[in-house]
Amino acid sequence: MPGTGTSKADLHSRLEELHRRYGETVPLSELVDLARRLLERLHDEVSLRDRDVYRELAALGRYISRAKEEIRSIHPDDISAEHIPTANVELDAIVQHLEAATGSILDATETIEAVAAETSGEAGQRLQEAVTAIYEACNFQDISGQRITKVIATLKTIERRIGMLVGALGPSAVNSPEKVETPPPNCDLHLLNGPQLPDNANSQAEIDALLASFD
Amino acid sequence: MTLDKNLNILIVDDYKTMLRIIRNLLKQLDFSNIDEATDGGAALARLKEKSYGLVISDWNMAPMTGLDLLRAVRADSTLQALPFIMITAESKTENVVAAKEAGVNNYIVKPFNAETLRTKISSVLCA
Repeated sequence: MPGTGTSKADLHSRLEELHRRYGETVPLSELVDLARRLLERLHDEVSLRDRDVYRELAALGRYISRAKEEIRSIHPDDISAEHIPTANVELDAIVQHLEAATGSILDATETIEAVAAETSGEAGQRLQEAVTAIYEACNFQDISGQRITKVIATLKTIERRIGMLVGALGPSAVNSPEKVETPPPNCDLHLLNGPQLPDNANSQAEIDALLASFD
Repeated sequence: MTLDKNLNILIVDDYKTMLRIIRNLLKQLDFSNIDEATDGGAALARLKEKSYGLVISDWNMAPMTGLDLLRAVRADSTLQALPFIMITAESKTENVVAAKEAGVNNYIVKPFNAETLRTKISSVLCA
């Protein structure tokens, strides 16, 4: 309990009194008495702090225990072992289908272009313009592929983080985590941003202006 | 100034579809001497084998990116004056600045259209 020893103010007053009374030659008995009071005071303070620390540690322990239970309940091993790999396979399949479909579109377009070259007059010109428009539109395959690659990278990051979380929980919670892969050293990695969403992207006109600002 | 349509052009992209699209659009612009490479390393090897008048390269390729290719070209005394256009989905300002600092001649953001390609080629080759 606080107050069983001497208070801080009492100790301070006692020190001043001793100094006033004895100057630089305080009797040993007075110093022993002062030390005893000081130790009592320290004992009270340390005990109080220890109790606070114990309380906080116990609360932290309960919190971690609850968190582990909640994490166990969502089966993080299933997320790493099943859900994310399945999502990756599906996304890879989308990329392949996009590539195959775009290839078919380009096959057909090249045939139309050959016919357009043999077609005279306005009809040939219109066919040629349509062919150009299809070529331009087929940019989508590259852009979509890069966006999907970004999603796959994000899923891999989630998978790694879950692995680290599982590792922190210990082997009793779930399966052992995979080793975290580190990306290869490349000082330009921060520049591999991929396609930007419309709100973040610079338009061709903005890029032209930026380039011109160097001249 | 008239463009030399017999110019050797090297197009570099890891997406075969994009190589095909760019090749077809270049053919529509009457360029016919077009070679392809699917990453920076393969492109650099081609550049050392044959004389080219223009490189049109993607950025995001592995293992050698388009930016690395550009730097390698500018660091090579026999290639350093080679016109270089970057065609990429990387549209952030920091990308454009990095490319410019590495010595790019022009920068086209994907998705692009035929007119943009024509304009940028003219701009680079007639500069």
